[in-house]
Amino acid sequence: MDLYEYQAKELFAAHGVPAQVGTVARTVEEAIEAAEELGTPVMVKSQVKVGGRGKAGGVKFASTLDAVRTHAGNILGLDIKGHVTRQLLIAQASDIAEEYYVSYLLDRANRTFLAMATHEGGMEIEQLAAERPGALARITVNALTGVDATKAAEIADAGKFPAEVRDQVIDILQHLWEVFVEEDATLVEVNPLVKTPEGKVLAVDGKVSLDDNADFRHPDHAALADIASENELEVKAKEKGLNYVKLDGQVGVIGNGAGLVMSTLDVVAYAGEAHGGVSPANFLDIGGGASAEVMADGLDIILSDPDVKSVFVNVFGGITSCDAVANGIVAALDILGDKENKPLVVRLDGNNVEEGRRILLEAAHPLVTLAETMDDGADKAAQLANAGV
Amino acid sequence: MAIFLNESSRVIVQGMTGSEGSKHTRRMLASGTNIVGGVNARKAGTKVDYDGSVQPVFGSVADAMAETGANVSVLFVPPAFTKDAIIEAIDAGIGLAVVITEGVPVHDSAVAWAHAVATGNNTRIIGPNCPGIISPGKSNAGIIPANISGPGRVGLVSKSGTLTYQMMYELRDLGFSTAIGIGGDPVIGTTHIDALEGFQADDETEAIVMIGEIGGDAEERAAAYIADHVTKPVVGYVAGFTAPEGKTMGHAGAIVSGSAGTAQAKKEALEGVGVKVGKTPSETARLLRAALR
Repeated sequence: MDLYEYQAKELFAAHGVPAQVGTVARTVEEAIEAAEELGTPVMVKSQVKVGGRGKAGGVKFASTLDAVRTHAGNILGLDIKGHVTRQLLIAQASDIAEEYYVSYLLDRANRTFLAMATHEGGMEIEQLAAERPGALARITVNALTGVDATKAAEIADAGKFPAEVRDQVIDILQHLWEVFVEEDATLVEVNPLVKTPEGKVLAVDGKVSLDDNADFRHPDHAALADIASENELEVKAKEKGLNYVKLDGQVGVIGNGAGLVMSTLDVVAYAGEAHGGVSPANFLDIGGGASAEVMADGLDIILSDPDVKSVFVNVFGGITSCDAVANGIVAALDILGDKENKPLVVRLDGNNVEEGRRILLEAAHPLVTLAETMDDGADKAAQLANAGV
Repeated sequence: MAIFLNESSRVIVQGMTGSEGSKHTRRMLASGTNIVGGVNARKAGTKVDYDGSVQPVFGSVADAMAETGANVSVLFVPPAFTKDAIIEAIDAGIGLAVVITEGVPVHDSAVAWAHAVATGNNTRIIGPNCPGIISPGKSNAGIIPANISGPGRVGLVSKSGTLTYQMMYELRDLGFSTAIGIGGDPVIGTTHIDALEGFQADDETEAIVMIGEIGGDAEERAAAYIADHVTKPVVGYVAGFTAPEGKTMGHAGAIVSGSAGTAQAKKEALEGVGVKVGKTPSETARLLRAALR
């Protein structure tokens, strides 16, 4: 889960990283109230989980309350790369003498962690890494030993931080490591880390990604989720324990196993090229041990998506047996009853496939078509979706 | 010969007495795996009967190894305890630890891996979040159904479980030397490259299928390895061309971040070193057949 800037900075502060925290506002009035309390000038910042907010006009300097009113009005509702602004962060505008960059992240290739740091902050870090890779220090961090004062000094020196802020940066790097480990983050990034004219170093912007797999030891993380801004079907699927991602096509897809479902999406998209350009409407993995009940839950979610014109159920019975899947489909269609009118293409293979096919053939549901292979099923489903558009 | 797992593998199950552990111990026994015991500290000294195969339960991996000569452990341990279970297996000095558990925090996997490195990398780790490894007709360590395909001349390495099954099914007439599901997490033990190295050296393996998916750059690095080290025919398949940026597609590691980790980049890297990449699993199977002719 990615956090909003204000959430990231609240976590920083809780772990002793000096951060410009500010106040969250959901309306223009709240923004003005917050600015009054903080005292102008303030920054009015869109809270969306995507980079490039400044360029999109989502971050503005406001020297007066009138300016706060104007900017808050403009930024609330602003769409930044598909993310609509519903919250603002009103933060005291810090005078900035210098801008730096520090982050910790997962280094997948080396199966360890990585610190990145530079005294040249203020620009997009991808751009700096591309244009002047030498300016961005990359220091491997051992997961067993972590970042102590010695390691933090190594990172600060590699990032060529000026002598007058070195001690502050070393301290911040250690507290930031605490955020990374104790919150089970896969990314913590401070960009920019700034020096004020008085010489104080603090985090002015922050990015944190948390590892959902570690939720079991962080009951407090649930409160960080912003259910209201998530897709309704995704929220419903999560409640049922299903792995679902909404996409923008017309062919609903259900399968078992993340790899097979990803592959099914691709095969549907290829097939769609010959059928009016239809594409997958969703990713839905019902898991390796798909039961009738799970199949019914999955079908219910997909069929309630108004974008879906046809459904492709693609199951390879490994541990699951195909007769259980077939019974699940029949049971699900019974539950849904007459209100259901979208065609289903079903491809079953593997464990007990003959019995699975027999069950579906015997049920002879008017909406269900059996496919022999995955490629064939994708083609049929795409064709039906195109006919229904 | 097969790789990493063969007829002389003596297998124990960490978490054998749990529901998943019991279910799959029974399946592994049914498929001919030489299972010699299980580990559960709270049930040490007891025995469990799996359809007539009576398995002793030991208090630790070290005890199990001392008593049975076990050299492979399969882990069905809940995510909260997986890190400690892997470290226990490493400290006991077992040769192969197959970690089936899904949902292990990545900090735990990173710590377990760092521990493996710090102690000299004596234990091969497969997974976590993987279906395991099967050398058909010899041994099966994990949850891959043994009835999909018999022994043969194809080697398979895949990030995905169900795509492993699908590909074994497509090529069941040729059979497999070994099929390995390395798992879909961001931090895993055995990589595509480790498996490619094993298959290249394995007499029984005549051709290799490599299945990747979005996220990370393991496939790109595997492509570079193939160019320099693999002379046997390799065909590839990559899943996730239609995955949107920034969304996790089921597997914790399956995510496109910015322009990194895309299926297109992986396909191009593989094709750049002469590996044919199928558009669908079926086409990939056809390419493998053509490569063997």
